[in-house]
Amino acid sequence: MKLWDCFSTALRALLSNKLRSILTMLGILIGVAAVISVLSLGSAQAAIVEESFATLGSNLIYVTPPELGMSGVGAQTTLTLEDAQAIAQNAPSVRNVAPMAQTYAQVVAGGESLSNTIIAGVTSKAQVVDNYGMAQGSFITDFDYGARSRVAVLGSEVANTLFGEMDPTGQSVRIGGRQFQVSGVLESRGTGFGFEDMRVYIPLSTFYTTLATAQVGSRGDSVNMISVQAKSGDLVESAEQEITDILRVRHGLREGEDDDFRVLNMASVAAQVTQVLGILQLVLAGIAGISLLVGGIGIMNIMLVSVTERIREIGLRKAVGAKRRDILIQFLIEAATLSFCGGALGVGLGWIIVKIMSVIATNLGFTLSVTLPGYAIVLAVGVAIFIGLISGLYPAVRAARLDPIESLRHE
Amino acid sequence: MLELENITKVYKAGQTEVPALRGISCRIESGEMVSIIGPSGSGKSTLMNIIGCLDKPTSGKYRLEGVEVDKLNDDQLAEIRNKKIGFVFQSFNLLSRTTALANVELPLIYGGASNRRQRALQVLESVGLAHRVTHRPSELAGGEQQRVAIARALVNNPSLILADEPTGNLDTRTSQEIMSIFKKLNEQGMTIVLVTHEPDIAAYTRRTIKLRDGQIEASE
Ligand SMILES: Nc1ncnc2c1ncn2[C@@H]1O[C@H](COP(=O)(O)OP(=O)(O)OP(=O)(O)O)[C@@H](O)[C@H]1O
Ligand SMILES: [Mg+2]
Repeated sequence: MKLWDCFSTALRALLSNKLRSILTMLGILIGVAAVISVLSLGSAQAAIVEESFATLGSNLIYVTPPELGMSGVGAQTTLTLEDAQAIAQNAPSVRNVAPMAQTYAQVVAGGESLSNTIIAGVTSKAQVVDNYGMAQGSFITDFDYGARSRVAVLGSEVANTLFGEMDPTGQSVRIGGRQFQVSGVLESRGTGFGFEDMRVYIPLSTFYTTLATAQVGSRGDSVNMISVQAKSGDLVESAEQEITDILRVRHGLREGEDDDFRVLNMASVAAQVTQVLGILQLVLAGIAGISLLVGGIGIMNIMLVSVTERIREIGLRKAVGAKRRDILIQFLIEAATLSFCGGALGVGLGWIIVKIMSVIATNLGFTLSVTLPGYAIVLAVGVAIFIGLISGLYPAVRAARLDPIESLRHE
Repeated sequence: MLELENITKVYKAGQTEVPALRGISCRIESGEMVSIIGPSGSGKSTLMNIIGCLDKPTSGKYRLEGVEVDKLNDDQLAEIRNKKIGFVFQSFNLLSRTTALANVELPLIYGGASNRRQRALQVLESVGLAHRVTHRPSELAGGEQQRVAIARALVNNPSLILADEPTGNLDTRTSQEIMSIFKKLNEQGMTIVLVTHEPDIAAYTRRTIKLRDGQIEASE
């Protein structure tokens, strides 16, 4: 029997019972769609994470109070401006140090107002270390710091809310009831990590004289976070060690005592997040894979029913010259065709699901650039066909082994 | 043409053994038309299945056109069924969801033949069904279904046609039509063996083998 005839025989058998074929396919279809959407959403998510970390710049180390993460707003902080200065002077692997103190305050401009906005007191180094781009005007300068100028740099979201399309530079804003002049607006970072778009930056010196009282547990020169830039990627680890040593000495910690601060290295945080997301994705894909398996069992079930139902047909085929192999191949092709079509349609459905989700995400303000990775298609369809073949094998072998006379006598 | 030598067939039904054939020896020459008759359970179908290479004898020798069939494996038997033998069954055994044409093409598919459609149409025409080729079995009368089955048996140009009670499900008039097709085929040189209960069907054949209890009672 020619291969093409095997195919057309199998296809004809499937077409002669369309509803059943479609229902059988459905199991595989749903499984593959689930796997595909999990994989492509996963890759979109990984892209977002990567992008977020990339905007933060490499070689970055954050020093924060121990109990809070990166924002550290309102925390009982143990860090001071002198700590930052000591790191800048004494850690040889460090290039730049940017201390930051933060608090919440109301920001008003014209008729618009923003309550509970994060106000960050920074030095000029913040721009270098955190890699801020300017949309308009300029960042806080050393002069501003020295002169305790009442200047403010707005995050893009803040500028947008307060001033709309208008250029805010030179305009005045009231922060915590005090008058400031806008010196610049940051470029938007999108929905990255630090919520830079929603912050307002003022000179750290000005922060201490005007807003520090609003800060819980403030000492007058305390900072919530020190961002440190190592001289190179290779020096990140030694910089971390130097920072830890310097701060332990400055804080008078004895051997065996826990650090009263936390040193976070961006690269390792990124690696951890990526790893966790990867595991999460694997688990989800595994769960989706189980539905594929269930689809495979469905195929096996239907093929067994179909073999039993078609015993006379099989007997007749054998009587007119079908060999075992011919029957085996016919039923295997039937199973593989079901799973292949289910798989292919599943890729389509998965893609539609992903598209819909990305539209929803866009409406919610995220940019979810989903791609359907080629390996995911190959993997999903390949696994589907494999499962189809495996589940079709047993029924096909049973069909091939049937005795022609007994089959013909079967009612 | 074919030669049976002391063929026995024993079925095992659980513990008990049922001897269906007990030493059958006979020759059927090329171009003969033979009927096999006998009471129910005498082993007619069993014998036909062995002649048709659908079943293997428990013991004995069977030679078909010089080939010692009892020594062949399953695939070789399938090949012989496909090329040398055409079956006609009492219950037609057509594939219900496919057209008359596709049913007739079936042996050609397993034989790997080309030009199948043309050949299938040709035999359908020879049994007088040129106008029914796209009908499904359920849309055909019993006699027409049996003619499709005969066309299917003929399509690979076999050297032997085996028919187990081919008229068993048909009325007298249709039976006679079917028998006249067999008669005509035999006149064209086809070897035909058929099983029947009815004496007037057996009367179509020059030779009749009578079976009783798995043995040949008479052959005339
Ligand atoms: N698969 C089987 N297992 C056990 N016994 C069987 C089997 N097939 C046939 N037999 C027995 O073998 C004997 C011969 O059966 P067979 O079908 O050849 O008879 P038959 O002459 O064709 O009868 P009928 O005229 O009713 O068709 C019977 O006793 C039957 O019960
Ligand atoms: Mg019988």
